[in-house]
Amino acid sequence: MDIKWSALGEVAVVSFAVGVAIVVIFAVGVLASSVAAQATQPAEGGHEGAAARGGTLAYAAAGLCFLACVLLAAYGIYLIVPQFH
Amino acid sequence: MSHWSFLVVVVVITALAFDFTNGFHDTANAMATSVATGALPPKVAVAISGALNLVGAFLSTEVAKTISGGIVDDGLVTPWMIFAGLVGAIVWNLLTWLFGLPSSSSHALFGGLIGAVWVGAGVKGVHFSEVTEKILIPAVASPVVAGVVAMVATYLAYVITRRGREREVTRGFRIGQVASASLVSLAHGTNDAQKTMGVITLTLISAGILSHGSGPPWWVVLMAGLAIALGTYAGGWRIIRTMGKGLTDIQSPQGFAAETASTTVILASSHLGFALSTTQVCSGGILGAGIGRRLAEVRWNVAGRMALAWLFTLPAAAAVGGVAAAVARQGTAGIVIICVAALAVASAIYVISRRDPVDSRNVNDQPAAPAMSATAA
Repeated sequence: MDIKWSALGEVAVVSFAVGVAIVVIFAVGVLASSVAAQATQPAEGGHEGAAARGGTLAYAAAGLCFLACVLLAAYGIYLIVPQFH
Repeated sequence: MSHWSFLVVVVVITALAFDFTNGFHDTANAMATSVATGALPPKVAVAISGALNLVGAFLSTEVAKTISGGIVDDGLVTPWMIFAGLVGAIVWNLLTWLFGLPSSSSHALFGGLIGAVWVGAGVKGVHFSEVTEKILIPAVASPVVAGVVAMVATYLAYVITRRGREREVTRGFRIGQVASASLVSLAHGTNDAQKTMGVITLTLISAGILSHGSGPPWWVVLMAGLAIALGTYAGGWRIIRTMGKGLTDIQSPQGFAAETASTTVILASSHLGFALSTTQVCSGGILGAGIGRRLAEVRWNVAGRMALAWLFTLPAAAAVGGVAAAVARQGTAGIVIICVAALAVASAIYVISRRDPVDSRNVNDQPAAPAMSATAA
């Protein structure tokens, strides 16, 4: 019997790194878009300009995060479909 | 014999029936958490999952040439053994569905084949070291890995989004869930539909209808894909309820974390040549997501019952497959007897299920107390 412990360990490590990374990136994206949505709504103070600037930054951050997730998902589809290999 | 004998037709139909139960047993893997969190309406969820399973069936060219992956000796396998093994797998799939238990369809198929070959060709036909390496170890390791990934990911997701507004955070993760659940469905289609195609192709080869080493004809691909897609669309609502509501109360960040963890584990292992059970990986992921949210309640009795079902899947399907093989080897009369018996069992299970029906309307209700005790009995 030949149990491939190293391959098993590899699966565990890769799954852990990738799985946690995707969720963390997506969570940051969700947070950023939530912050952005709050910033663009009329604030009670007078700092309209600062809020809008913060909002744009947050939107950009959210966009980057979601783009990263889309790319990772596309790589997942690449792995699933054998014709691409 | 290079003709469509009665036996060949029966095996093909039985294989498609197994494919159907496989689909509807496994809808829950991809869609249970999306249904539970409301990311997708139940009917839409099963429709997407069914369609992606069909797509997946067509995408994969890497058909399992040996259905068994070396677990049983392919040289000794005959069509009636395949038939008996399939019957064992179908019966076990239906029983676990009745109890709402997400058990592995792959293990049921392997178990049924092992039992049938053991009875039909003797113990030398079964490669037990392969069983350990290809089934037992991934079965223990994969849900644990998926569980740990989902747990850590869930914990971090909640910590990171703590400052966000709950309504927006929930909505964000729900959208993410649609994508992650779809990936699970696609991966499932490329894996599980292949098994049935492999079974049918092997039968056709052994009957002399196809030449040795040929791939599945287009109609086999189409029928297997349709069977698994229809099964998925029919939706094993009982199992969806167990996985989405029974194990723990799932919120959308947890659902996303669980599905992402499952997808990465499935892809990483199939990339490295590990066969594993989608069902067990997804259950592990959901359990981990339950632990990862602080104060979330994990119903360990449900988890325990599920683990028990996993333990029993292979031997139980093997037992049914073995009995079926003992009868089926008697020839056409034996095959007919097993067909009738299998249909009777399936009808009985269906009738019992109607007493406490679970469908798209009540799938998100908490399993009732009497149902729980009935399942435990």
